[in-house]
Amino acid sequence: MKRFLAFVLVAVLGVLIVLSLNSNSLFVPYGETDLANRVSEEYIDRSVTEETTVIYGESIDLESGPANTVTAIVADYRSFDTLGEVTVLFVSSLGVALLLGTLSSERMKLNFKPNFMLKTGSRLLFGVILMTGVYVIAHGHLTPGGGFPGGTMIASSILLLYLSDDSFRTKVKSFKALESVAGSLYVLLGLVGLFLFDYFLVNFLDNGVLGDLFSSGIIPIVYSLIGLKVGSEISGIIDHFLTEERV
Amino acid sequence: MMHDIIEIVVSVFLVGLALVAVSSKSLIKTVLFLSSLSMLSVVSFVLMQAPDVAITEAVIGSGLVTSLFVFTLLASRKAVNKQ
Repeated sequence: MKRFLAFVLVAVLGVLIVLSLNSNSLFVPYGETDLANRVSEEYIDRSVTEETTVIYGESIDLESGPANTVTAIVADYRSFDTLGEVTVLFVSSLGVALLLGTLSSERMKLNFKPNFMLKTGSRLLFGVILMTGVYVIAHGHLTPGGGFPGGTMIASSILLLYLSDDSFRTKVKSFKALESVAGSLYVLLGLVGLFLFDYFLVNFLDNGVLGDLFSSGIIPIVYSLIGLKVGSEISGIIDHFLTEERV
Repeated sequence: MMHDIIEIVVSVFLVGLALVAVSSKSLIKTVLFLSSLSMLSVVSFVLMQAPDVAITEAVIGSGLVTSLFVFTLLASRKAVNKQ
């Protein structure tokens, strides 16, 4: 009986959802959307076939500076979405801290002793992985990658240190400070754009020459802030995972 | 032609690794199979010309998540031994 009632409830809810979506003015049938209601006229009227030559290393002050198209979308046109993504990551690290964080914590004791090979290899690899992360962040506007993957690379190098030494702890407090400073600076950059220039998170610096390391305005700054924030946040999550309450 | 063959081989291996990971008896082997699965999906992302996604998958899928899983397995094994 209970199962039958559950089935009826699910069926009724399904029918309700389908009916409400069918006659809803927000969900226009495919192909009948009026784009002018959703996208700015400036972008609708633009032609993609007009003759513009973009040369790597020569073109100056394009509409969007990065040589990597994905970065142009993530950190320039859709920078506000990226702020939302950073917030999602922050909320998840907050959840981990609420569930696993304790006032006095120590390293979790596992039945696992790192041997000589693991210790030496981790120490060798740590610097390489860390510098790769920094490189990926710094060249986020030129090559694939950027703040999120680079920050995660930094966090994995920290994880390697945890793996190689069973009494190692990072300075969690300074990581937390770094994370909040980087996040606040990102919002502050957006607010500077809002109050002194056109809109929130506008790219208010010169775009420079396409393909230079110091080009495309505030995008490298934004990406290094995101990288610092993501790296310190995930390092904090790792520390929470590998510690336990002191008894 | 070469591109198509590599794509087919990679997708067959992806499905095979996923099945092996599900049916494997030992948990640590499952984690390792999942890690190699994400390593192969990096290849498929590169073949589909999405290098950004490939880098993210390589770092998170086969690096961070695998080691977190291994640490969790070690921790749960320790909790089982205590009982």
